[in-house]
Amino acid sequence: MTPMDDVWRITAFTIATALLATALMLPPGVLLALLLARGRFRGRVLLETAVSLPLVMPPVATGLVLLLLFAPRGPVGSLLGSAGIEVVFTWRAVVLAMTVMGLPLFVRTARAGIEQVDRRYEAVASTLGASPARVFATITLPLAFPAVLAGAVLGFARALGEFGATIMIAGSIPGATRTLAVAIYSFTDTGRDSDALMLVGVSAAIAFAALWLSNYLSSRAGIRA
Amino acid sequence: MIALDFVLRQGDFVLEIRERVEARITALFGPSGAGKTTVLDAIAGLRTPASGRIAIGPRVLFAGGTTDLPSHQRHVGYVTQDVALFPHMNVRRNILYGRRRGQKLVLETVASMLEVTPLIDRQVATLSGGERQRVALARALMSAPELLLLDEPLAAVDLELRKRILPYLERVRDELGVPILYVTHDRDEVTRLADHVIVLNRGSVARSGPPSAVLGADPLAL
Repeated sequence: MTPMDDVWRITAFTIATALLATALMLPPGVLLALLLARGRFRGRVLLETAVSLPLVMPPVATGLVLLLLFAPRGPVGSLLGSAGIEVVFTWRAVVLAMTVMGLPLFVRTARAGIEQVDRRYEAVASTLGASPARVFATITLPLAFPAVLAGAVLGFARALGEFGATIMIAGSIPGATRTLAVAIYSFTDTGRDSDALMLVGVSAAIAFAALWLSNYLSSRAGIRA
Repeated sequence: MIALDFVLRQGDFVLEIRERVEARITALFGPSGAGKTTVLDAIAGLRTPASGRIAIGPRVLFAGGTTDLPSHQRHVGYVTQDVALFPHMNVRRNILYGRRRGQKLVLETVASMLEVTPLIDRQVATLSGGERQRVALARALMSAPELLLLDEPLAAVDLELRKRILPYLERVRDELGVPILYVTHDRDEVTRLADHVIVLNRGSVARSGPPSAVLGADPLAL
């Protein structure tokens, strides 16, 4: 296998796992964003802090917590193990780390978008007979959509660059768990500097495109709201 | 019959109303800050009274401590002053948003009555003030409300159009039999449309009765 094959394989694997992680962020992320934007309940600040925690904690620390939870003898890992699902040091661990690390960015952006939706529209929709779930699906979410999309792109970009948590829970197994960020580290460590640099270029290009898209969507969301 | 008997507090402002209305169109009258919109909000379930009771006929919408129907179960059509048309939907989707199953009124009838048929495929951002008002009215009617709440529905409409819409409101009153609670500043609208008027001042009912009696008594007070 040529180094070039390696580069493409790693890039494809990283994009695929980051896309899957982004898809997994959406359901809990939208729910959390809605709760934080519209909910009035005890413990809201606590929830908000907990959601943002992975943003400020050292990623390796988050990775260690995940490792303890999802290891074969860990509380979640043993449950999954009995269902025949292995997580740590597999591609699933890569996706898990990416999801957990990308979620806070998604929630913050989506939440800001939901907060900007004028509540009059929601009120009128409810007087027209729409249940809260229908109001959310037909009014709140479509009006906040550009921000939700911007959040998803941001979460995707964060997932692409994930390193600390990934190295803890998934390691750097060539062809199994090696992502762009992890590969850059491993290649540099083993003297494959030019391959590492090529991956840096690929990472920069993807990150630039994702951030540009996110900013573009955010500015559109600002205009619409 | 509409029974309004409640107290609602908003900071220092206290709204207290105790009225039973049999009229087809009831006008809510009074200076700004009198609490007219708050009355509509409370009926629509957008604000919660501290105590009391709100009912349309036998249906209790709110009874302090026991009943507080959520907005979407109140069957009350509400055209707010700013109309709040959904900006991401065209006129047709706006009007059909609240259509209830088994609704007898069809889109074409409502649209032609309110002269919104030519607008049906337009985006709401392209509508004029008067057009928005008519679309909002059509939207509220399509939800087959048991009570229609109108917050200064003709305030943004020019005189010419007002003359043309008034007969329609009369038709809603006479043909559809939907009772209307109507906030307005316009004396002519009251005398022409309403058969009962409630004058609010600083959160309480100053006077109430047939327009001829209430308006005739002291026109300057209005």
